[in-house]
Order: sequence, then structure tokens, then C-alpha cells
Amino acid sequence: MSQALALPTRRDEAFRYADLASLAPLWPVVAERIVLGAGEERAVAIAHTGDRPLARELVVELAAGAKFALHLLGAGTAYGRFSLTVTLGAGAEFTFGAAQLAAAGQTLEVVTRVIHAAPDAVSRQTVRSVAANKGVVNYLGKVLVEKGSDGTDGSQSVRAMLLDRTATANAKPELEIHADDVKCAHGCAVGELDANALFYMAQRGLPPELAKQLMLQAFVAEAFVGAAEEESLLATALEALGDML
Amino acid sequence: MTLLSIENLHATVADKPILKGLSLSIGAGEVHAIMGPNGAGKSTLGYVLGGRPGYEVTDGSVQFDGQDLLALEPFERAAAGLFLGFQYPVEIPGVSFVQFLRESLNSQRRSRDLAPLSGGEFLKLAREKAALLGLDMEMLKRPVNVGFSGGEKKRAEMVQMGILGPKLAVLDETDSGLDIDALRVVGDGINAVMRAPDKAVLLITHYQRLLDYVKPDFVHVLAGGRIVRTGGPELALELEAHGYEAVAA
Repeated sequence: MSQALALPTRRDEAFRYADLASLAPLWPVVAERIVLGAGEERAVAIAHTGDRPLARELVVELAAGAKFALHLLGAGTAYGRFSLTVTLGAGAEFTFGAAQLAAAGQTLEVVTRVIHAAPDAVSRQTVRSVAANKGVVNYLGKVLVEKGSDGTDGSQSVRAMLLDRTATANAKPELEIHADDVKCAHGCAVGELDANALFYMAQRGLPPELAKQLMLQAFVAEAFVGAAEEESLLATALEALGDML
Repeated sequence: MTLLSIENLHATVADKPILKGLSLSIGAGEVHAIMGPNGAGKSTLGYVLGGRPGYEVTDGSVQFDGQDLLALEPFERAAAGLFLGFQYPVEIPGVSFVQFLRESLNSQRRSRDLAPLSGGEFLKLAREKAALLGLDMEMLKRPVNVGFSGGEKKRAEMVQMGILGPKLAVLDETDSGLDIDALRVVGDGINAVMRAPDKAVLLITHYQRLLDYVKPDFVHVLAGGRIVRTGGPELALELEAHGYEAVAA
């Protein structure tokens, strides 16, 4: 068996928090290529629900001025992994919104590598994760701005909400910049639902499950703003949240 | 008829005793005001009644409309007809007032075996109460309290009270952050919503000024975790003139 097909180990950074036992039967994962020509636009929405493990690897190439929007919902009860490598040409735009809802013992992860290979490209990543009851949510995201890619505008907004003390979130937003004139923002936070807000909502008559659901719905919705299938993604997410609480 | 009966209430926050034997009885149709210096336990009383986590009752009892209030969860207390107006209303990003209040009201209605209000019915009610309190209906379409000024938050609290229609409103420093005009609007709103033979109000305040608009039947002085004096509206004026130390001593 060739080296390339060997199952990764935890020493491989991109698989550091992966559920390797669930990944093994899916390995090797064949990369799916998405290529957009100059000025082309495409929007893709993917919802992973149900009880079957899934691992996908997308390799996206955006030519000059191309626009690609990808929205993901990871829910269900099984392992889910989305690995993305996106290369942006001059003035290309990549919008990525992902929501991961990890229930009992489940690992959900997103691994991104966004390469600004030419000037004036824009990448926006918004990842909202919720984990409960030994669930694990991971985001490993690297933005690489290559030499000469001036005018780059990249952002990573990564937030995770832990519903109890047994849940885990791993988040690692990374920037590697080799150009001078770039704007790169990244924000990362892991937290719990605001206890003050929960009491306030209870005081108006909302039972705790409903209060949590309203707050989490708003939280998750941030990942789907502007998505072509915003409503159906949200509806599916809401159902999954209802099962989690 | 007695709506709220507090007997010998003791409560701690982070193991520190705050309420130390507070007793208070509020009848239907009455407006009571609790005044007192900073740190007397005024806000703690409100939170204990509302059931805020971290506020532990160590002794005493609270009967509300024939029920053991302390045995109920916070959301059940609301459904039983208790409304707590917050001194610092909480912001909830991404959740609109309309959605929040409709869910809240319908949760309360379900617990009383009433049919939930439809979207249209709810909006009609919300529009009516917003107009009563001088709050632009558009503001209720925004996320809960996010970006509201101090005065707008207090008006929004009163609109919520109007929509939810509680039996007892405990209003914690509802007058703080209000300018003179807003104070009158809020005062008139409290009277319009809560002045009824089957309802009652407990105003928690530092100052006399709200009491010019919402006339209390009883004024209590809370100091050191207990009610140390009770009187009529004239007691508030006496406090204003002479200060807590002189009056409570």
C-alpha cells in the first residue's frame, strides 16, 4: 500500500482531533474537485444528517473574479469531516459558512486551507459549532496569503458553544501572510450560553429547552446568512438542535 | 385577598446572607414601594422572588396566589403571574423581541390551558402595548434589547409587562435611566397595565420621583435585609427629606 493511502494518525496536524476509528472505513477519501472559470459564480449547500459517518475532501479552484459560496450543516449522530482546500485567483471571492451540531459522543470537524494566490481576492469564513454530551467540534483553518497577493481581504469568525462540561471544542484559526498590503481578521471564541440571558428568558415564561433553542438558533443562523438555501438549512439545524436539547 | 405573602425570608448570595428575616404581605389591587439604601437587599429580593440561580433561600416561605412560589422553577413563576422588571435588561443577540415575546406568552398560555396566539393576534397585542408605552413598534422587530438606550430598555420592559399581563409586577429600579418625560410615560403605563383590582405592583426604587406618577398604597424601608419601617406614601417624602439613616434608625 502506498504511503498516500495510509490512514493518518494524530501526529498529522489536520487529523489531530479526528475520530480516526470512524474515519478508517472511509479511508482513503477521494478528493472532489470544483473548478470555477473566470467570473463564474456558484453556490453549494451541503447538509450532513443521519447516522452514517461521512468524510469529504473538496479541492476548489477559483479563477479570476469567480465567486463561490459554500454552506455546510453538520448534524446527525455520526462522525462528519469536511476538508477544504480553496485557491483564489485575482479578485475571486470565497464565502464559507458552516454550522456543526455535535450530539452524544459525536465528532464533527471542518478543516480548511484557503490560499490567496493572487491579488484582491476575498475570503469569508464563518463557523458556528455547538457540542453537547461528550460531543466534539473541531475547526482547523489556515489562511495562506502568498507573496504578491496584495489587496487580500480574508476573515475567519469561529465560535463554539458548549452545552455541558463534557463537550469539547477545538479551534485553531491560523494566518500565514507573505504579502504586505493585506486585511486579515480572525476571531475565535468558545463559550457557554449566557446564564443571565437564560434567566431573563425564563422570567418571561420560557422553559429552559425553548430558551436555549432560541439562543442557539440565532447563533447557528450566523453561519447561513446569505446562503441560497438559508431557510432549509436553518430548518434542518433547528430540528437537530431540538434533538440535542 | 393576599396575592403575595413573604414570611421571615432569609437568602444568601455566594454564602453571604443578604435577606435576614424579611416579611411582607401584598394584597390584590395594591401598589407597594420598597425603598432603601444601596446594599440593603432590594434587588436580591426581586431576584429571589424570580428564582435566579445563585440566590439561595435558607429560611422562610413565599406564598404567591395560593402557591408555594419557592417550589416553582423560574419559568413556572412567570406562568403563575409573576413579572420581574429588570434593573439591567439583558441583551439577546439574534433573537427578536417579537419572536421572544410570542414564544414566552404562548408558553405561559399553554401552561394555563389557553390556546396559543397566532402571529397576527400577537402582533395586534404587541402593537397596542407598544403604543401605550410610547415605544416604536419597529423596535420590537429588533433583537432583544440590543442597541437600545437605557431608557428604551426600561420602556421595553414595560411593554413586555403589558403583553404578558402578570398578576404581580416586581419592578427593580424601573425609573433609573429615564428622563422626566419617559418617567411620566412609564409611570402612566404601569398604572394603565397594573392598576386593577386583581393585580399588584412592588416598586423597588431609590427615589421618590417615580412615586409621583405611580402612587403607592404602602411604602416600606428595607435595610440590613429586613423591612424596618412601613407607612403610607408620606413615608417616601420623609425619606426624601431626611435620608435613610435618620428614618430607618
